[in-house]
Amino acid sequence: MSTLVLDRVSRWYGNVVAVNDVTMTVGPGVTGLLGPNGAGKSTLIAMMGGFLAPSTGTVTLDGAPVWRHPGIYRQIGLVPETEAMYDMVTGWQLVLANARLHRLADPTAAARAALETVGMTDAKDREVATYSKGMKQRVKMATALVHDPSVLLLDEPFTGMDPRQRLHLMDLLHRLGDQGRTVLFSSHILEEVEEIAGTIEVLVAGRHAASGDFRRIRRLMTERPHQYTISSSDDRRLAAAIIADGCADTVDLTAGTLAVQAPDLGAFVHALPRLAREHGVRLLEVSPADESLESVFAYLVAR
Amino acid sequence: MNPVVMSLTLRGLLGRRRSVLLVLLPLLLVGLAGLVRWASGADPAQTVPLVDGLGLGTLLPLTCLLIGTGVIGSEIDDGSIVYLLAKPVARRTILLSKLVVAWGAALVFAVLPTVLAVEVAGDEGARLALGVGVTAALAALAYVAIFVALSVVTRNAVILGLLYALLWESVLGGYVPGVRDVSVRQWALAAGERTLGGDAGPWGVTSDVALPAALVLLGVVTVGAVVLGVRRLQTLRLTPAE
Repeated sequence: MSTLVLDRVSRWYGNVVAVNDVTMTVGPGVTGLLGPNGAGKSTLIAMMGGFLAPSTGTVTLDGAPVWRHPGIYRQIGLVPETEAMYDMVTGWQLVLANARLHRLADPTAAARAALETVGMTDAKDREVATYSKGMKQRVKMATALVHDPSVLLLDEPFTGMDPRQRLHLMDLLHRLGDQGRTVLFSSHILEEVEEIAGTIEVLVAGRHAASGDFRRIRRLMTERPHQYTISSSDDRRLAAAIIADGCADTVDLTAGTLAVQAPDLGAFVHALPRLAREHGVRLLEVSPADESLESVFAYLVAR
Repeated sequence: MNPVVMSLTLRGLLGRRRSVLLVLLPLLLVGLAGLVRWASGADPAQTVPLVDGLGLGTLLPLTCLLIGTGVIGSEIDDGSIVYLLAKPVARRTILLSKLVVAWGAALVFAVLPTVLAVEVAGDEGARLALGVGVTAALAALAYVAIFVALSVVTRNAVILGLLYALLWESVLGGYVPGVRDVSVRQWALAAGERTLGGDAGPWGVTSDVALPAALVLLGVVTVGAVVLGVRRLQTLRLTPAE
């Protein structure tokens, strides 16, 4: 059982702040690090893995600092985002080399077990260069798992995977978490994270925006004002009906289309078709005005 | 020294496409040496311009640059070095293991071909070969250390190394006498000059730097480069550009 503790960690590159005053504790179980691209997830993981010094603050693993301390790699397994590996060796040779670098008592058995865990036993004797993206990802997992680490850090592990590989990896992370390992992975897709992560840490623009289980994060993201633009056969009549119904706070007709802001997503999406039918208005288009992940997260930060 | 790091390094060095150059450059030198022999009738004094100018002056530093950047620079560039760094292995051990591989490769692909070129072009009782061999070995030791350190310090190691090897050592040294005092090639030549003794003058193997100073400078630069390389690898920043 291992715990990673980040205490008031910031990291900047010149004038650009990549990670801004983040404090979090990552304990046993699966934790998802969620945030849009460029939020500082990779920078944060690099600092957790001892590959980058925090500009201020400290990162410790069970009380010991991770920066400039290669001893931590006995406990940490790292699955980097970079795709480059040692292309000229076979998957088996690469995993075996990793086992040897860890000075394991029985590197052959460890390498075999790791490749079995990720389901790469059949393709292990092919050169890494010939692997598909998903296979490379699995061999990366094997190199990270070969020394049976108590902490596993994965940077965007699901990118480039097909649905079947994705399920397989989700299942694997689940199992590793259930075994009491500290598993942290980053992603920019909420569905991916809530599927397997017991705890979700949300990072937006370098700041720690929210923390909790997926229900809490889901609620934070859905219970916020939602904006829609609607076009219909009679915008004016529909606007009047929406206002009268009370399912929206703001109804705006000035831009030629109907723009609505609703405090509760569930109530509004149920009310809208009913209102349209009751008033004989045909809905032509209903689209969320600003549902990009960035704006959802930005709302969390601004709160 | 870590045998796993060394074997991965060697495979990385020889497995890449540009390792073809490691064979082509020495072949070029030995081929030209054959032409020189044909033209000069195996006169050592005619061998020196080829071996000193093209061999020691250009091909040796170039080959060392290819090797020095090949053993660590490419891995840092594509990020695959993370698999070595994320291990409970001291960074010093990783760098020294890579250096030993690089030195071995430099011996095979840079020093031996230079000696061979001397023999092909014309020598007297292998005396010139010994002098040139000593020079090439010392220069390779320093060049490899410098270029490995440079690869850890900057991602532009190949460009900077080329500028140093081609401009500083070959061209500028020809016009500005002072530059020759600060040159790995001249320091190493001082040792070659001493090895040749009385033959050095007539054959044209001369250095601008006195031997004791040259050896001290070679030692300081080589050790300094190794220390710098280790230090910078210990704090190497590995992050994808966000």
